[in-house]
Amino acid sequence: MSSLPSTEPTRAADGAGVGELETTSAVAPPRRVDLWGAGRRALPPVAIGVAGLVVWELFVRLNHIPYYILPGPLLVMEALVKDWGTLYPSLLVTLAIAGAALLVATVAGVAIAILFAQSRWIESSLFPYAVILQVTPVVAIAPLIIIWVKNIPLALLICAWIVAFFPIVSNTTLGLNSADHNLLNLFQLYGASRRQVFWYLRLPSAMPYFLGGLRISGGLALIGAVVAEFVAGTGGVQSGLAYRVLESGYTMQIPRMFAALFMITCSGILIFLGLTALSHLVLRTWHESAVRREG
Amino acid sequence: MIARLRQVDKIYANGVVALRGLDLDVGEGEFLSLLGPSGCGKSTVLRLVAGLGEVSGGRIEWAGGNGRTGLPRGDIGFVFQEPTLMPWATVWKNVQLPLTLRGVPLEEAAARGREAIGMVGLEGFEHAYPRQLSGGMKMRVSIARALVTHPRLLLMDEPFASLDEITRFKLDNDLLVLWARQRWTVVFVTHSVYESVYLSTRIAVMTARPGRAASEVTIEAPTPRDESFRTSPLYNEYCRHVSARLAEAIRS
Repeated sequence: MSSLPSTEPTRAADGAGVGELETTSAVAPPRRVDLWGAGRRALPPVAIGVAGLVVWELFVRLNHIPYYILPGPLLVMEALVKDWGTLYPSLLVTLAIAGAALLVATVAGVAIAILFAQSRWIESSLFPYAVILQVTPVVAIAPLIIIWVKNIPLALLICAWIVAFFPIVSNTTLGLNSADHNLLNLFQLYGASRRQVFWYLRLPSAMPYFLGGLRISGGLALIGAVVAEFVAGTGGVQSGLAYRVLESGYTMQIPRMFAALFMITCSGILIFLGLTALSHLVLRTWHESAVRREG
Repeated sequence: MIARLRQVDKIYANGVVALRGLDLDVGEGEFLSLLGPSGCGKSTVLRLVAGLGEVSGGRIEWAGGNGRTGLPRGDIGFVFQEPTLMPWATVWKNVQLPLTLRGVPLEEAAARGREAIGMVGLEGFEHAYPRQLSGGMKMRVSIARALVTHPRLLLMDEPFASLDEITRFKLDNDLLVLWARQRWTVVFVTHSVYESVYLSTRIAVMTARPGRAASEVTIEAPTPRDESFRTSPLYNEYCRHVSARLAEAIRS
């Protein structure tokens, strides 16, 4: 079959010349990473941060505040370097629990969301229990879980999982149910099976929602792990960062306490950035959230 | 004759009576437009013919079939008012979707996809994503997807309504050229008198809701038509005539 009609010399470029100049370059080349632009965007928050640290340091020094009430940032940095040998292994313990919880939350969350998407009946009978699990404060049930589950890391993992899994379940369920109505009709018209509708339509439609949930759950998994560690308060070699915070508090090593806190915050930020990058990577070809537009 | 709608009623679950006693014949190879005011059930007719819903009363008879069985699904192509493309898939994958769903072997699907993309003049855009295309180009993808199964019957639900006039005229012309070459049967829903006269061999004018066919106008202008028809006295005459029929239908 040859190409179209003689009626149009500029084929395939509807409205060319009336503002929508899309000729053969419509397929944009992959964008280069704009380091200069990224740097410029990062400048204001970094400047605010540095200014804040300077003010903090000056405030502590000028008012002669003792280090066990509020240590200055320099002292915290010093503690971070000096105690790296104990803090770093603790960081790994906490991250391992948070990471495992996020992984289990993702697998279980997506599985439950898929189950919910099978029928309204299943969703409406089970969803309230997912909500109950979500709204019950993890601090309140962590002691019970730690009593019931003898294996401490496993108990911590369960606590972190309870906190982390709800955003994934709720977002993915929403996504699976938000497939374009007309596309559903189209699939029906072409005799698509349930499985085909699921794989070719519902799952891709749910992807942006799932990734949005994952970004929230990443931070929550870390918070869940830290809270559970606080409640568990256990010692020994398997101790996470929360234990270091507690321990430093008991022994008046306040700079080290701040250093451990600083590490928790940094991990949270890194998890968030990592999941944001993942989301961008997956959606960059098609989703509005990942598409940069000029003008 | 491809299909015959007899005394078709459609009442939606919410009690809205979309169609009442609709009679309509769809002849082999014709370009039939359904013209009527918004909400008169034009789209409902298409959906029923496509099998995307059950009639509440009356029946749809298919040529060579008993009352209930319709055309095999592959024989129908559907173009929605919106392009209705999968945003995560390239033009190539979007066009091949009907074949993918039916498990057509890859090689054959590729050949047919190329052919359909060629028909709508989108060569070179196979690997573009819908968001990279203009409104008119997205509509071309949607048409290519409908053509990829080699349908006998092409159902189009106000496909160009959301496009600017320049683009719409171009797509009208391209559609006519394709139709002249392929001779599928087209049922085209529109609320534009001018578009229906330009494209159709026959126009069914529908009443306001509940919809039924009020009158029919056969456009006896020679095909293939081109831009010169748009400005001809004959075209004007038909537009005036059809407008009068439409006004009557709305009043009744």
